[in-house]
Amino acid sequence: MSQPVCPLSAIPPGEAYRWETEPPVAIFHTEDGEVFAIDDTCTHQDASLADGWLEGCEVECPLHASKFDLRTGRVDAPPAKKPVRVHRVEVTDGTVYVELSTEAPNLPPGPKPPGVKP
Amino acid sequence: MQKVAIAGASLAGLAAARALRRQSFAGEIVIVGDEPHPPYDRPPLSKEFLTGTATMDDIALGGSADLDVEWRLGTPATGIDAPTRSLRLADGTEIRADALIVATGARARELGNPGGLTGLHTLRTLDDAIALRADLRPGARLVVIGAGFIGAEVASSARSLGLDVTVVETLPTPLAGPLGPEMGGICAQLHGDHGVPLLTGVPVSGLSGTDRVEAVELADGTRLPADVVVAGIGSLPNVEWLAGSGLEIAGGVVTDASGATSVPGVWATGDCAVIRGERRSEHWTHAVEHSMITVAALLGDTAPVRKAPYFWSDQYGARIQFAGHHEPGDAVRVVEGDPDSRSFLAVYERDSEPVAVLGMNQPKLFTRWRRQLRATPQEA
Repeated sequence: MSQPVCPLSAIPPGEAYRWETEPPVAIFHTEDGEVFAIDDTCTHQDASLADGWLEGCEVECPLHASKFDLRTGRVDAPPAKKPVRVHRVEVTDGTVYVELSTEAPNLPPGPKPPGVKP
Repeated sequence: MQKVAIAGASLAGLAAARALRRQSFAGEIVIVGDEPHPPYDRPPLSKEFLTGTATMDDIALGGSADLDVEWRLGTPATGIDAPTRSLRLADGTEIRADALIVATGARARELGNPGGLTGLHTLRTLDDAIALRADLRPGARLVVIGAGFIGAEVASSARSLGLDVTVVETLPTPLAGPLGPEMGGICAQLHGDHGVPLLTGVPVSGLSGTDRVEAVELADGTRLPADVVVAGIGSLPNVEWLAGSGLEIAGGVVTDASGATSVPGVWATGDCAVIRGERRSEHWTHAVEHSMITVAALLGDTAPVRKAPYFWSDQYGARIQFAGHHEPGDAVRVVEGDPDSRSFLAVYERDSEPVAVLGMNQPKLFTRWRRQLRATPQEA
């Protein structure tokens, strides 16, 4: 089932929007005007890919530089090993609609790092 | 080009093999490694692997099943015969190839230990981390020598495991080299925040103990009782095996910007290599990105654009990120947040141009600034 998420105008080209669903989804609007939706959480460690470096159809995780292909979710560069899920996305009348994948997400292993800041 | 042999089975060597396949190289690839383990990720060794939240499976770099590579693990390369482009291995075999890539990395610098005391560790390899982990018992006293990133991360991990930790640093300000004294001093305050005393400006004069280390002795006469000692005092490039090969060696294998050495057909990348006119880089991202540039040059393809240097350190729950080229004399300005709140972004400027950026717990803003640095004119 497709769900409306936000107006496309809310995501300038080259930027991303983090949709606070569970688990969160990152919607990317590329410089070429394409729109992609993938799981927002890096499969290596807890980090938001919407905060990452978007270059073409690839996003680099803002923490440890893993790279994911927005079209397939494939890992293009380590340390991540597992792909992110790709969600079907459509833009109708200026609104971004996302149909969530029914696959199981590849969330990062283990608890969050110890010693959270004071 | 039918066959490429890679000496070094860690991040740079694996990234080179991946780049070869990604650029449609269909010939033979042989990867030679001195460690018995398949490639693994080193950054977690001082963090999640040390604290036990990541397993060996978690830190395996993996993804090599479809690479179609012949692995020669546990067999160090012992020399290169340049005229025949051959790699000599410790088991007496020889691998002849059309191109050689030297990616043998670096090793931890050792602290002098004339008494052969146990309980003294360095941290570079998986085996180092396994040995250190076994010694990090809650309540034990750990002294970390060297307040660089490895030392700070080990101190942070040990503290979270319930050890009593002290860090000693010869320099007056930790991390002054990579971050400059002002920001180095700010990052080093994380130790104190977490109950880890930091002693600076005092050299270590030696270790004391009978069979096992019992204390670290400082030059000012201070004696720090210790059950475990970790020396995080830098690294040395693994290049001794290349003596007599004809390769120019000067603090690493000397290469041009693309990784070409002084010997045709022999390339070098990662921690063991030093680009002429630059400092040797030991950054994780350099090993990945520069090996791709090297492979492109080796195959005669267009190389990817070189990005500003980038590294990170995760310690005491804080994410420290740095990108760019810092030089003494750069002006540093906090543009967001506040160092006292341990969440800030600082920009380094030279001639009013941003040349580097440091973030603590600011990954989103940091990435924005890091992207801008790419367009900044880079100094050689």
